[in-house]
Amino acid sequence: MLSFIGRSFVQKIITLFFVSIVSFLIIHLAPGKPSQVDPMNPKFTPEVVERFRKEFHLDKPLYVQYVYFYQDLFTGKTVSWKDNQSVLKKIWERFLNSLPLFIVGTLLTWTLSFPVGIRSAIFRKGIFDRTATFLSYLLISIPGFFFAYVLIIFVVTRFHVPVIGMVTFGIGDASIPYILMDRIWHMLLPSVLVATGGIAVLSRYVRSQMLEVEGQDYIRTARAKGLPPEQVHYKHALRNALLPFVTMFGLILPGLIGGSVIIESIFSWPGMGRMAYEAILARDYPIILTVNFVSAVLVLAGTFISDLLYLIVDPRIRL
Amino acid sequence: MADDNRLISVQGLKVYFRSGHACARAVDGVSFEVRKKETVCIVGESGCGKTVSALSILGLVTTPPGEIIDGRIVFAGQNLLELSEKEMQKIRGNHIAMVFQEPLTSLNPVFTIGDQISEAVRIHKKIGAESLREKCIRLLKDVGIPAPEQRLEDYPHQLSGGQRQRVMIAMALACDPDLIIADEPTTALDVTVQAQILELFGAIQKKQSMSILYITHDLGVVAAIADRVYVMYAGMIAEQGNTEQIFRNARHPYTQGLLASLPSLSKRGKRLYSIPGSVPNPAYKPAGCPFHPRCPHKAPSCSTEYPKMCDYGQGHLARCPILFQDKGHHT
Repeated sequence: MLSFIGRSFVQKIITLFFVSIVSFLIIHLAPGKPSQVDPMNPKFTPEVVERFRKEFHLDKPLYVQYVYFYQDLFTGKTVSWKDNQSVLKKIWERFLNSLPLFIVGTLLTWTLSFPVGIRSAIFRKGIFDRTATFLSYLLISIPGFFFAYVLIIFVVTRFHVPVIGMVTFGIGDASIPYILMDRIWHMLLPSVLVATGGIAVLSRYVRSQMLEVEGQDYIRTARAKGLPPEQVHYKHALRNALLPFVTMFGLILPGLIGGSVIIESIFSWPGMGRMAYEAILARDYPIILTVNFVSAVLVLAGTFISDLLYLIVDPRIRL
Repeated sequence: MADDNRLISVQGLKVYFRSGHACARAVDGVSFEVRKKETVCIVGESGCGKTVSALSILGLVTTPPGEIIDGRIVFAGQNLLELSEKEMQKIRGNHIAMVFQEPLTSLNPVFTIGDQISEAVRIHKKIGAESLREKCIRLLKDVGIPAPEQRLEDYPHQLSGGQRQRVMIAMALACDPDLIIADEPTTALDVTVQAQILELFGAIQKKQSMSILYITHDLGVVAAIADRVYVMYAGMIAEQGNTEQIFRNARHPYTQGLLASLPSLSKRGKRLYSIPGSVPNPAYKPAGCPFHPRCPHKAPSCSTEYPKMCDYGQGHLARCPILFQDKGHHT
């Protein structure tokens, strides 16, 4: 057990090292240079560009830049090239903005997908299953941005509440319940959008997983014992059907930092996804690379957690 | 045939499987019975409908696509086919238990052996935790599992194939059922383990005086354990009788073919007999006698008339009027 954790930890560190190299190279291979994002801007005189390149070590060979960058990152000194602010601080602020959206969206997705998927599988080809299947495919095929606009128009015209951004601009001195409601209204649509897409996909997975397990011999054994259907489905079948989702559960973690670029852009939500997107447009390497590195860490941590969870839930996996 | 000695009797059972426009008549008018304290074998090739017949008894045929079209299954004075799902749950495991073919996949991989056995007891009987544990240990001991106290905490993958089948049998025995249906319980096991399991069935039956309905394709197993035998072919009972009658005096060409294709020392060096042709697809069975395309004794009437059961006396019946006439059994 301990040796498994140790071995796995070392493996993850090595993987992380390679990820850092590859992402660094990819960023530098991408067309465009940080110093030339806006060549028409009269402020970018050759002298300024030259100073900029010197300042951020862009005139040095790549491997030196690599060392400089990760040295800064680990000492927490990385700054954005755009506004000279600390990258970690910027990310942390954006992260706090994204977090409620992520939590509500994930909770909705995982708590609703399972009942829907399980019910679909148990009453296969019934009315419920057909409806759920139709709605899932509908939601999967409708582009998120289009669905978002439909929802915005509906909510704004029907309930007359503002939904863009995190708070209504200039709400400052309103009463606390009012501010709270305002927050909730603003959060509602983006999280519902995050969740609908998630539910549509995840409930399909749950359904197919459940159907596969229901066809297994041990389910027939359970029925032959005289167990009532609830115990057959929710004890014998569900417990086995859940196993693959342990893997998916571990992969939720990276979603923390990725956020949802499209949804955050539509709702002008100042979250992680939008920051990363804007940083890419501005060739703001420190932000891009830091976001990249942190999400790599989260992916590896997520797989590590799901490995550990497997140990607990699947008796066939022992060390 | 004394009526009161009958434990279960299946009468004219028809189970069809529909898929699209095709309809596979897997079981097509099958009747058989099991008497008290008797071991009955249903023998036949894969796909002849023997497993489906057994599953219908417990109401475990997956519907759709399967559908029980017709027939009665009389057990303890009631027709099982008319019972509700709730009432069937009380029969399953409690009065009629089943042991399946694949011990590797028939046990739930994520629960311990102890869990799965005690569950079978708990569902039908009120029993305290301590005596439940004792009961499980005794059951495992009965089926010959060494160190049962430790085995209770084991998961199925930690046991060998033979041990898993023993656990399955222990589960089936959990509520002292009147009938155990064993669906090819030794097919997936190697021969020495098979012999042990067969021995175990014999011992259990002697000790607990229950009936066993044993489904197999292995005539060697039949000879070893059966009191009476039903030979099935393409959804029908081709021949029935006691073991002696079937093995010494087979009256159906299919049974005769099966027996002729058994290897034995006296046939050493010679080519084994094989029945020509192959089992018909249950969705496209030939008209008349389903066996006639492969039958060495076929007559013109075989392809048009469904064969009648012919009575040879003392419970020996065969569904072949042609051989019946040849032997001069006119009545």
